[in-house]
Amino acid sequence: MRRLLWPSVFLALAIAYPLLLASPFQQRLGALVLLYAIAASAWNIVGGYAGQVSVGHVVFFGCGAYAAMGSYAKFGLSPLFGIPGGIVIAVALAAIIGVPTLRLSGHYFSMATIAVAETMRLIVTNTEWLGAAVGLSGPTVARNVFDLSFISSLPYYYLFLGVLVITLLITWWMTNSRMGFYLRAIKDSERAARSLGAPASRTKLYAFMLSAALTSVAGALYAMMVGFVDPESGLGILISVKILIMAALGGAGLLFGPVVGAAILVPLEEISNSWLGGKGAGLTFVVYGAIILLIARFQPGGILSLINRTVGKDRKPARAEGAGHAP
Amino acid sequence: MSLILVQVIVGGLLLGAVYALFSSGLTLVWGMMNIVNFAHGDFVMLGMYVAFVVYTLMGGGPILGAPLATLVLATLGVIVYFGLIRDIMKGPMLAQILGTFGLALLLRYSVFWWFGANFQSLPQNIVGGTYAVAGLRIEASRLLAGVVALLVTLGLHLLLTRTSLGSKMLAVAEDATAAQLMGIRPDTMQAIAWAIAAGATGLAGALIANFFYIVPTVGETLGIVAFVTVSLGGFGSVPGALVAGLLIGVIESLSGYLIGAVYKDIVVYLLFLFFLWFRPQGLMGKM
Repeated sequence: MRRLLWPSVFLALAIAYPLLLASPFQQRLGALVLLYAIAASAWNIVGGYAGQVSVGHVVFFGCGAYAAMGSYAKFGLSPLFGIPGGIVIAVALAAIIGVPTLRLSGHYFSMATIAVAETMRLIVTNTEWLGAAVGLSGPTVARNVFDLSFISSLPYYYLFLGVLVITLLITWWMTNSRMGFYLRAIKDSERAARSLGAPASRTKLYAFMLSAALTSVAGALYAMMVGFVDPESGLGILISVKILIMAALGGAGLLFGPVVGAAILVPLEEISNSWLGGKGAGLTFVVYGAIILLIARFQPGGILSLINRTVGKDRKPARAEGAGHAP
Repeated sequence: MSLILVQVIVGGLLLGAVYALFSSGLTLVWGMMNIVNFAHGDFVMLGMYVAFVVYTLMGGGPILGAPLATLVLATLGVIVYFGLIRDIMKGPMLAQILGTFGLALLLRYSVFWWFGANFQSLPQNIVGGTYAVAGLRIEASRLLAGVVALLVTLGLHLLLTRTSLGSKMLAVAEDATAAQLMGIRPDTMQAIAWAIAAGATGLAGALIANFFYIVPTVGETLGIVAFVTVSLGGFGSVPGALVAGLLIGVIESLSGYLIGAVYKDIVVYLLFLFFLWFRPQGLMGKM
């Protein structure tokens, strides 16, 4: 039961946070941290555990965001109805990208994800039905509670917290299931895993599809909170970048890595934006680029793996540590 | 065939030669070190900005800008090799992709922060006017870019296949340890490969800067073009990159002309996905 001590302490803190720090800015910040933690945890399933670096994850985020806003703007339904639709589209798209590329070396997968994300952005930007460059808006005034259109960030905060807990439980369950063992074996040595009968391509594909589905939920939630979606905020490559860097900074392939990454980077960005204003936009991403580069160069396992190593826990650090052996 | 179609194809070939030039840098590094440089398109973008700065500060044209961009980028390539690539090469896949991707962001947004997001361009007649040959109108800047890019790409192929330097580089690509036993330094050869690859992007960038729009995010589009070219031509193959580059240039211009300018990128990306599905080894590659 000692394992549950720290997670429950953090959960209690997370529940108490918006009551202790009750200004609108702080509540909104908290909600955004949780939202990016969901998206980064979803990325972690394929990027961290399966070791397949998706650089176009925003395409699934966009599926969810557009499905949620579309179900309101096109059919007059609650955005909630868009969530299952977004999941279906995201999973289908993941299969289209994953089936051919997950058989090949990991580079192909990364390139294909970028290409798909850019293709989707261009197609949506030129599709009148999806609002083209203007995008789609959600309900401006809530008709009932199911429209999930609130002025305060507080309801979103608790909604996101619930979804984050579910996402982490799914991830935890996955790592302890047969699939998790396959994934670990594949990440250590795909050839060895295959020769022992682990269905490598299929396992990676399932991980990718699961990750796509959860990312699409994150996209839908984001669109509901912001109230609209356009090609930049729903399908821009920079969202992928944020998701990826949060997971990598905290620790890819560790359960709480993405949460830690989101808790560091979201406040950093919000604060630097409010200090520097619009001029800071470029600078924020310069810093992001530098952080990713330094992590890759010096600490591919992320911050949590560093802590685990210094504290000297018996828990095994992320496999990413295996650097330094010439082939 | 109508004259206008010929015009479109010639334009595509000239642009395609430039694609071939910068893609051969990507394919060289990929084939030799099994590293995909996600910052490759942003290297081209830097080459464009070097040409732009040379023009705005000194009023110099491509005669000054192109060699300078080549030099600056080749230097950057060596720095990147020793500062980043040499270490992440031995690391896990995650570190390799994140490392060059982080570099891409760093370069793109440093330029964005410094120069702003506005579209820049060099004066239309910086190279010369427009020639009329047999009813075709060809801009001097595009002609210069296409011809120089074609010659340099062919030169690169000859360098890799006909010189002792090329043989040494191929030896390192084949087996770094064995090459080391033969008295070849893998580190030096790989640094030279990075200098050549990055220098090629610098030259390509300076050449297309004469007629292309210049914007910090152009590297993203050009980077994907380079991936498409390399995956079409087969990784590690410079002749493959040449054929694929020319082909993509033509396909892009034709689809821009026949379907509409906004769809030309979509066509190229879909082509890429199509190839990943059905022929991942490329047109000329072997599996």
